[in-house]
Amino acid sequence: MIEINHVNKWYGPTFQVLKDCTTSVAKGEVVVVCGPSGSGKSTLIKCVNALEPIQGGDITLDGVKVNDPKTDLPKLRSRVGMVFQHFELFPHLRIIDNLCLAQEKVLGRKHDDAMTKGMKLLERVGLKDHAKKFPAELSGGQQQRVAIARALAMDPIAMLFDEPTSALDPEMISEVLDVMVDLAREGMTMMVVTHEMGFANKVADRVIFMDRGEIVEDAKKADFFGTPRSDRAQKFLSKILQH
Amino acid sequence: MNYNWNWHIFLEPNPMGTGTYLDLLLSGLVVTVKVSVLAWIIALVTGSVIGVLRTLPSRTASWIGFCWVEFFRNMPLLVQLFLWFFVLPELLPKSAGLWLKQLPNAPFWTAAIGVGLFMSARVAVQLQAGITSLPRGQKQASTALGLTTVQTYRYVLLPMAFRIILPPLTSEFLNTIKNSAVAITIGLIELTGQARSMQEFSFQVFEAFTAATVLYLLLNFVVVTAMRYLERYVAIPGYITGK
Repeated sequence: MIEINHVNKWYGPTFQVLKDCTTSVAKGEVVVVCGPSGSGKSTLIKCVNALEPIQGGDITLDGVKVNDPKTDLPKLRSRVGMVFQHFELFPHLRIIDNLCLAQEKVLGRKHDDAMTKGMKLLERVGLKDHAKKFPAELSGGQQQRVAIARALAMDPIAMLFDEPTSALDPEMISEVLDVMVDLAREGMTMMVVTHEMGFANKVADRVIFMDRGEIVEDAKKADFFGTPRSDRAQKFLSKILQH
Repeated sequence: MNYNWNWHIFLEPNPMGTGTYLDLLLSGLVVTVKVSVLAWIIALVTGSVIGVLRTLPSRTASWIGFCWVEFFRNMPLLVQLFLWFFVLPELLPKSAGLWLKQLPNAPFWTAAIGVGLFMSARVAVQLQAGITSLPRGQKQASTALGLTTVQTYRYVLLPMAFRIILPPLTSEFLNTIKNSAVAITIGLIELTGQARSMQEFSFQVFEAFTAATVLYLLLNFVVVTAMRYLERYVAIPGYITGK
């Protein structure tokens, strides 16, 4: 589904954020990307739907080359859902309109159909009663669930999560993770940048560990948590799992 | 001071045979309102386009925006009006210049366009500030949903940016009204112009300019009140100025 081949990326002429990254996500697979701050995990995931351009290598999504100038990027992006660290709901639109905007303007759905779809998804994330509210009237956890519903409204073939729980209060993390776990169990293809090792342990098929722009470890979940091969992954794990 | 106050002067007939002196001032007020509203529309439309250009990633776009803003904000308004009114017709081919000079109501159109373009530079800079004050993730979220750049500005960025800059835009609208007085230098008989002609006909200089001052204050009060209602009308529940 997602193929990342020898991807290199620089910020400016000298600073290399991604160094020869190669990995893939198969259909229905859940891949967790972890690593210390500044290791390039968020950058990598943003390259998948071309929010960030790459300077070397290739990325293909469902057989379509992302870094091809001829690719219809808006169309390609509309097929991949993305969830951001800071939710990024559109503050001037009511919750339901946040879910309808792209359905209508990008997919060309009729307003009524978009509303029906939106309400169904709000019900699924447990926020049907908040449809008429504005984002600022919701808690962080609720906003993030809306953001997930907004992405799902586009009927994506895969979902990208960029640290979806990092900006949340501890008690709100689980309500968001619950939605993600359900999604994973339903067979959604997911690439998730997160520090939530519990989530990784529960639903991930593979775990990718990144450090300083490199993919240091790319292993099946059991192997990653059981016997991480690299020193750096071992150190990282021992630090975040010791509490 | 040897001055004969005569507040009844406003009800006396003016020598133009167009009613009283008050009628004279009010006809000036009408011209001020017309030229200001037209100038403000020009400023808003061109300023918005230029402001957007200055935020696009394209080098050419931001270079055009840069040139526009620096051209129109770095020259005194008086000089700009002289340029459009006296210099431009001379620079054009003879027939075009003649046509321009003979346009009916030339001072009115020149003032509206001249003041409008002068103010457009200020609107552009404020809109740019409004857009760049939004979180970067807003544009990314919109892009990730598959919206094109035009759609992203139309449905996501501009509705928020304009809300944010409404208070300074009110000031700019007031500035437009006040700047329209400069147009007497190219022969537009607006409120200040009529106050001056009243002074010359009646020698009641203090009454004439007191009345002009009061009329400007009233006009600006109407604008301030209307803008305050607009601000309240578009306020977003739970967000900054919203309740």
